[in-house]
Parts: sequence; structure tokens; C-alpha cells
Amino acid sequence: MGETALGAPVLEMKGITKRFPGVLANDGVDFTLLKGEIHALLGENGAGKSTLMKILYGLYMADAGSIRVEGKDVEIREPNDALRLGIGMVHQHFMLIPQFTVAENLVLGAEPTTGGVFLDMKAAIKKVKQVSEHYGLAIDPTARIMDISVGMQQRVEILKALLRGAEILVLDEPTAVLTPQEVAELFTIMRNLRERGKSIVFISHKLKEVTEISDRVTVVRRGRVVGSVQTSTTTVDALAGLMVGRAVELVVEKGPSNPGDDVLVLQDVYALDQRRLPAVKGVSLTVRGGEILGIAGVDGNGQNELVEVITGMRRATSGKVLLKGTDITNWDPRRLSGKGVVHIPADRHRHGLVLDFTVAENMVLQTYYKPPFTRGTSLNWDAIRHEARRMIEEYDVRTPSEDTRAGSLSGGNQQKVIVARELSRSPELVVAAQPTRGLDVGAIEFVHSRLVKARDEGKAVLLVSLELDEIMALADRIAVMYEGVIVGIIDRDEATEEQLGLMMAGAAGRGGR
Amino acid sequence: MTFDAQTIKYLVIDILASTIPLATPLILAAVGGVFSDRSGVVNIGIEGMILIGSFTGVLTSYYTRNPWLGFLMAGLSGCLTAWFHALASIKYKANQTVSGVAVNIMATALTGFLLKAIFDRAGQTERVVKLARWTIPVIKDIPIVGEIIGSGPPPVYIAFIVVALAHIVMFKTVLGLRIRACGEHPEAADTAGVNVALIRYGCVMMSGFLAGLAGGTLSLGELSLFKEGMSAGKGYIALAAVIFGRWTPVGAMWASLLFALADAIQLIAQNWGFTLIPQEFMLMFPYVVTMAALAGIIGRSTGPAASGKPYVRRGV
Repeated sequence: MGETALGAPVLEMKGITKRFPGVLANDGVDFTLLKGEIHALLGENGAGKSTLMKILYGLYMADAGSIRVEGKDVEIREPNDALRLGIGMVHQHFMLIPQFTVAENLVLGAEPTTGGVFLDMKAAIKKVKQVSEHYGLAIDPTARIMDISVGMQQRVEILKALLRGAEILVLDEPTAVLTPQEVAELFTIMRNLRERGKSIVFISHKLKEVTEISDRVTVVRRGRVVGSVQTSTTTVDALAGLMVGRAVELVVEKGPSNPGDDVLVLQDVYALDQRRLPAVKGVSLTVRGGEILGIAGVDGNGQNELVEVITGMRRATSGKVLLKGTDITNWDPRRLSGKGVVHIPADRHRHGLVLDFTVAENMVLQTYYKPPFTRGTSLNWDAIRHEARRMIEEYDVRTPSEDTRAGSLSGGNQQKVIVARELSRSPELVVAAQPTRGLDVGAIEFVHSRLVKARDEGKAVLLVSLELDEIMALADRIAVMYEGVIVGIIDRDEATEEQLGLMMAGAAGRGGR
Repeated sequence: MTFDAQTIKYLVIDILASTIPLATPLILAAVGGVFSDRSGVVNIGIEGMILIGSFTGVLTSYYTRNPWLGFLMAGLSGCLTAWFHALASIKYKANQTVSGVAVNIMATALTGFLLKAIFDRAGQTERVVKLARWTIPVIKDIPIVGEIIGSGPPPVYIAFIVVALAHIVMFKTVLGLRIRACGEHPEAADTAGVNVALIRYGCVMMSGFLAGLAGGTLSLGELSLFKEGMSAGKGYIALAAVIFGRWTPVGAMWASLLFALADAIQLIAQNWGFTLIPQEFMLMFPYVVTMAALAGIIGRSTGPAASGKPYVRRGV
């Protein structure tokens, strides 16, 4: 292994086809990886990138196609085959056992032994130290996985592959879980590995990262390869176009707002957080019909708690919440929902969906008890399915059917299910918390356009986002929250990123009270 | 009855000497449960496997007059029964609780039927040759200790050896690391090249083997016959011991000893004519102790993360 010259193909996948019930995940995909390159595999969620790599790693069997490693035809039936061929994979969901130590995780499956039976922990720790020093990946072999940071855990995953002699390293969406600093560290590690002759497949849907780190890019859309280019000869816009199949608008198109009456009014609202410490400390603001009010701020400054107070998931300890003049302070979620408050929650798995329910069931979570979905005492499945199909169509949810388990959809499509359900309930007030977190370009654009559409229909939209870009693109007015207080509200047209940045850091505005 | 020092000494020795044999089937079954659970398969069927084991042991001894062969066959029959549970829960990804309960119902029905068909008797078999008691040379001469563990049915000693071996296998060997990996995060184990299904089959069948031996202990170690329903909930108490023992062989042993101690106290109280508390309440005592023990640790003790969940390679 490793005799292949730099720049020669180490891996050739030809005509890979993989069908799942209702979905053609890979459709005749060709992919070539050269020795010593970082090759980005770019595509939207559900485009088939991960499927292709899982076939390479022996987690799935392809229905058709061939794989050549270092010029030899190979058959990969299980991860062990891939490992033997020098293919290592860092999965999106870490394949680490939280209760085990770093060293235990690293040697699992290829453990050093005494007498062929007993686990030789000393040898394991020594081996881990050797490899981690060789590649400049510092790690404490005796720490438990559950006690170390996500960035460190990823490092363990990379080491795991290297320890098994991986020459080809597949990183599946490695930056999704990292902070910007950790991303920078990861890129340094990747460049280091490239210098040592490793070939790296970098799966991502983030254009900026792909153009920053990769040598070549292969773009996948709906299971097919739509282009394979040198990174240096392309642009973010061109890649984005390839990825979604049309030119994307990275800027949201929207006309001037046309604000009407006050819809949501908060008067001096206070609330506690999980630890029963003050989190919201006297927030007053107004959202009018036909406008988007964006709340900007660094995570953990009371935005979540504020959203929960408005949507009935947390008690306000004092102050008032008014909806079109009605006092709705501390109403429960169902009453609020009946009153026209809809909520796109920040954590879609905990608060947005029942993952084990079908798409159709999820789509009627707040309305199942009303006609036409309920007839007498029983559910009217025909009506529920019919409505679900209509929403799937209107909101372009990519799902095999309305009876598919919500948990099996990609993140973007899960979010579309939520957006479809919430926005089709004729809302007065839309509370959208982090509505595009973890979504790809196409889905982000979709969610944004729907929020703008709701605004244009005269609804009040309260948008909470940690991404300043998103706030700047969508909001008509921007409130900045810092340590539980609104430090200022400014019109979008008058706002600059610098000024907002200062307010978010607590350096400007009224300060604490 | 007066409680002078001598009486109390005899009382304590009597209780402890009864505790050990009472604990033996629990220890064997619980160590098996540890293996099954640690690999990621909940084995509620232990109860039924004990019953099958106790019947097969007696059946074998009846025909061969060889109780040791009976004891071995008890284990193997438990192992075979466990294979059904393994097949359902690993290959066919069935709900493990349902599969385990099915095993228990089947065991009750099957042993009842065979008892009638083979022995043509209801309730219990005739007496067969049982395992001869062992006397341990040096230990039997130690005062007090000798009276408690100096001699006893062979399974008593086998159980403690099994605990030691299980501890070593689980925490000192490569196999143990892989078993624990399968129970915590089967996908991680799979991607590291560990054969999750194989490990789980092995562990479930191991747990069946030990449950079968527990059954053999009841019918060939303590008694010398099979009684209908003689497992009498021991499988469930063993499962409680697995949890209370925090999924370790040594912990399960101590938990089994605790539950057996409660049972022994209840029995001895009856033997000694202790009537202050009505007998019905004394009979409840071991179960109350089991429940109290579990209630005390629930929420604080977390088992293998993937236990009870069939492993399927992730979809699209």
C-alpha cells in the first residue's frame, strides 16, 4: 500500500448505483481520488454523498458499479474489507463509545494483546501516543470520550483511521459540529495529512469551506455527478449553481416592508432559565404585522428563553405578553396555537418533530383533533394523508411518501415538514428560532422565501438567529439581545455589521440593568 | 426462646449457610444476564431458560443416572432455548421483551407437557440421582467459615468460579472490550470491524447456558427432582441483580447474595418459629428487598446504552 505515485489515482469508483425503497440514492456515479489530494464531495443534504462513501466503506452494497483501489479491482462487503484496503472513514455521527477511553476506542477491533486473549492496555496507550505524535495530533489516551470536546473526539476518529493504516481518509461533514476555531484546526490537520501523502475525501455542503480546503471538487445532485473540477478554476457561485441546479440567490429578494398594526407586544418580560437563574431581564418590544423583527445575539443571551416564553413553553415570572391586544401571558402552547401563534423551534428533533411518527402524522400535530382530521372520536386518515400530500407538494418535501418516518428524512426535508405545518395554519405571529440551522443552500433559500412570503401576507414574524448574515438578509428591524436585555433596536437599513457586532458583545447600547 | 450469644451465633451461621446455596442459581443466571445485556440484548427469557434447564437436568439424570451429565445438559438446553431468543432479537430484530416473554411462556408450557408425557405425572417428577455434595478440605476446618462454605452442592463453587472468570473475560480481555462495545454503540463496533451479530449471539447463548446451569442447580443441586414452575421468579430476580450489580459480574454476585440473604432470613424465621410478624409478610420480604434495592438505584445506574435495541445499519 502507498506505492502509488503522487497524483495518480488511488481510488476509482465507476457507475455506482444504489437504490433504496422509493429513492435512487446513487445513479451511475463516477468518482476518482488522486494520491495526495483533498477532494471535496459537494452536494445538498440527501444528494447521495454519504451513500456513495458508505458503499466505499462497506456499510452498503452497491446495486451496480465497480471499485478499484490502487489500480486493482476490489470488492468491499464490510468495513473490515475497507480497512484492509487502507480506507478509513470519519463518520458524521461519531463512531465512538462515550464510556470508553480514547485508547480503548482507538484499538477496538485491532487490539494489542498479551497471549492473544488479554487486552494489553499499556501497549495500546503507547501505540496511541506514537501515532498521535507522528501526525501531530495531541490527545490524552486515558481520557474518557464523554469528557472531551467534540473537536477532540473528531481527532480521535481521525487517529482511529490512521492507526489502521488508512491511506484514503473519508471525512463525512466533519465541520458540521465544530466551532470556527476547531474548523481552522481541522484544516491544518488535513493539510498536514496531505503532505504525508494521504488522500482525503472531504464531504460537505458548505461552499466556503470547500473552496478553502480542497484541491478538486466533485459535485453531486440527486444521486448523480454533475461536475468535477479543479477548485482553483471555479468560484463559489459556480459551485452553488452546480449544487442546486440553478443560480442561487445568496441574497434574499424582498421588497420594502409594509408594517401594519402591532401584533406582538412584550412588556417588561422576565423569565428564569433551566438553572432557575434570571435569563430574560425585562424585555419590551413590539412586532407589527407585515414585518420581520430579527433578534441578533451570541448564543446563550436569553434568546431561547424569550422564545419559549412567547410560545408557551416557559413561564414568564413577570411582565406581559400581548397578542393583538389580548393578554396571552403564560398561556399553554395549545391555546396559543389556536390563537395563531406558530413556532419553528430551534431544536427540531426535540421540539419540532416526533421522529418516529410519519411525515403525515407530524404534519397534523397541532390540528389532528379538529375536523376534518378528526371525525367523532376517530382520526380521519384519508383527510390527514390528503392534507399531507398537499403540503409535501406545496413545500417541496423530498420524501418517498407521506407514510415515511420523519426521522429518516434529511435535515432539510425535516425542516420543510415543520415549516409546512406551521405556516399553513394561517398564523398571526410566526416565531422562527434558528430556522435554517444545519440546512443546505437550497433549503435555506426555501425557508427564507417562505418567511418573507408570510411577512408579505401581513403576518408578524419574529426571527431569532445566531447567524448575523441571516438576520441582515431577512429582518426589517433588528433587536440585539445581550445578557437577557434588548440593548437596542435599529432599522435594517441603518444597521451595519460592525455596529451590531459591538452591540452583541455588550459594548454598546444601554448595558445591563 | 432466649437470645443469648450462643443462639445468635447459630442463628447467624444458619442464615449465612442458607444464603449461599440460595444465591447460587441467582448468581449463575445474573452473570449470564450481564453478558447478554452488555452485548446489547435484554434477556427476560432467563426465567424460562432456568425452567428448561432444571427439567432437562432431571430428565438426563433420570435416564443416565449421571447427574453431572444432567447438569451439563441443563446448561446446553438453556443455551438452545437462548438461541431462539437470539435468532428472534438479532436476526429478525424482534422486540426483545416480547421474545423473552414468549420464551418464558413456552418454557412453562413445554416443561408441563413433557412432565406429563414422559413421567406421566403432574406437579413433579420422581427422585433422580442428584449431584453429590462437595466438601472442601482446608476450608471446612476453619471455624464458622467452614460451617458456612465448607461443604455444599458443587454448583455453589462453580458459581463463584464463573463470577471470577466472567470478570476477567469482561474487563481484561479483548473479547470483553468488544462485548461492551456492542452493547454501548454497536455501530462503532461494526465500523471498527467487530462482528456485532456474532458477539450478540455468543453472549445471549452464554446467558442461556448459565441460566440452564442455574436450573440444574435447582433440580440437581438442591433437590433431586423437577417441580412445575420451580424457577419461581428466580430469573426475574437475577435480572434485578444484574441492574443492582451495575452490569458487572462481581456486582451481580453481591446483589444475588443480598437477595438470597433476604430469602434466607425469611426461611430461617419460619424454621425457628419466629411468629412476631405473620408468615405471609415474611414471605414478601425477599421481594420487598429486591424492589427497594432497585428503587434506590433507579436513575443513578445506567445500563449499556444500546441494550434492548436491535442493530440495523443506518438507512439512507
